[in-house]
Amino acid sequence: MKVVVDMNKCQDHGQCVFAAPDVFRFDDDGHLVHLPDADDTRREEVEEAADVCPLQAIRIGD
Amino acid sequence: MNAAAAVAATAAQPPVVVAGASMAGLRTAEQLRAAGWRGPVVLVGDEPHMPYNRPPLSKEALAGDASFGSLTFLPRASVADVRWRLGTRVVAADLDRRTVTLDDGGTLTYAGLVAATGMRPRRLPCPGPRRGRHTVRTVADARGLRAALARPGGRVVVIGAGFIGCEVAATALALGAAEVTAVDPLPLPMVGPLGELLAKALLDRHERRGVRFALGAQVTGFEGDDRVTGVVLADGTVLAADVVVESVGSVANTEWLDGNGLDLTDGVLTDEHLRVGGRPDVVAVGDIARFPNARYDEVARRVEHWSIPTDTAKHAARVLTAHLTGTGITVEPFAPLPTFWSDQHDFRLQSFGAPALGQDDVRVLDGDPGGDFLAGFHRGGRLVGVVSLGGRSTSAAAARHRAELLAQPALGAGSSGGPK
Repeated sequence: MKVVVDMNKCQDHGQCVFAAPDVFRFDDDGHLVHLPDADDTRREEVEEAADVCPLQAIRIGD
Repeated sequence: MNAAAAVAATAAQPPVVVAGASMAGLRTAEQLRAAGWRGPVVLVGDEPHMPYNRPPLSKEALAGDASFGSLTFLPRASVADVRWRLGTRVVAADLDRRTVTLDDGGTLTYAGLVAATGMRPRRLPCPGPRRGRHTVRTVADARGLRAALARPGGRVVVIGAGFIGCEVAATALALGAAEVTAVDPLPLPMVGPLGELLAKALLDRHERRGVRFALGAQVTGFEGDDRVTGVVLADGTVLAADVVVESVGSVANTEWLDGNGLDLTDGVLTDEHLRVGGRPDVVAVGDIARFPNARYDEVARRVEHWSIPTDTAKHAARVLTAHLTGTGITVEPFAPLPTFWSDQHDFRLQSFGAPALGQDDVRVLDGDPGGDFLAGFHRGGRLVGVVSLGGRSTSAAAARHRAELLAQPALGAGSSGGPK
């Protein structure tokens, strides 16, 4: 599963980090980093992360 | 499928009707599919647009950084087959007969009903001209206000210094307004949700950036013939205004549910599973739902935070699907951790939990109120909410308390100093 984050939209709210901590995290500088290829078993978490992003910056490819 | 078969299928299985096609309605449709409801779903919404994201309407979209089109949610593939009835309103419901009536006179029979009709802005009943007075709720509202604020050098009066009022005041100043004045009957901006310590810090930050305030002030009328030219306060002061924004709270869109014996005093009262009127086939979601939160106490409250449509949709869809498919409810009572944020000028407010429940015992957890800081709200000695005010690193500090808030036992569940 491809996980696409529009970094032009991202404002580091971190809601995705709570929803899918195995796929999204903050680096030491407080910027969001994510796995662009996530295991399909994480789909539900990533869908939740996309839902809770206040900027709607997260999209799931296949 | 041919037409006759379609009719037969419809007759065999009535749809879940979602009244209201905003974020809460869309999320409920998606979560019905995720929960296993394979039957038809109809979303009825009075706006002509697909559901869109509202927070930018008082910030980026108003400033022109985001086109309104980019605000539209991208629905999950699972809802490709739901039927959208946009530009249509549900005007009545008969919960005994399981029907809703639409504004075009049509009737829909439902298997399940989702009340997702949300709120509309309250308007001041004061006399005076209507032109030049704006609200911020819909894309149409924001377009109108953006056009008005695009004329630089204007005098802007924002009535109501809550979330929307404070955000709009900051945006108006950034767009080049000559004067921005926020008026509120309370002594401090956002003091209701934030408490005095944070509200004072917020007032100071706004004033340093040039927003003026008329606090403890009542608006009694508007001046102007064809369009508004001034806002009249109870003490006789007139604030000159080219643009007026009314952000004085909202009213729940529940009139369509009248006549069903429901408690509609402030939104739609639900049980701990978001069910309405003791009925297993009717649920309420989004900011019209007035629900008890098992995380805190038994008092039912409406919550107008952005996180609530998604949270309520997930829970309500599971409960409704369990009923419709006869599988029985397997979820715990609804217990969301509310969260809100508000971007104003160059700072952010970030909240987790229910700070409004802990305003009698507020402690600075990090930083100091003269600069960036984090406040903890306590009730009966336990942490019930945190709010940060400052830059992104301060928001991250607030987030670090999220797990602690999630781990707290329910208020009133045997706590010595629990709520009354």
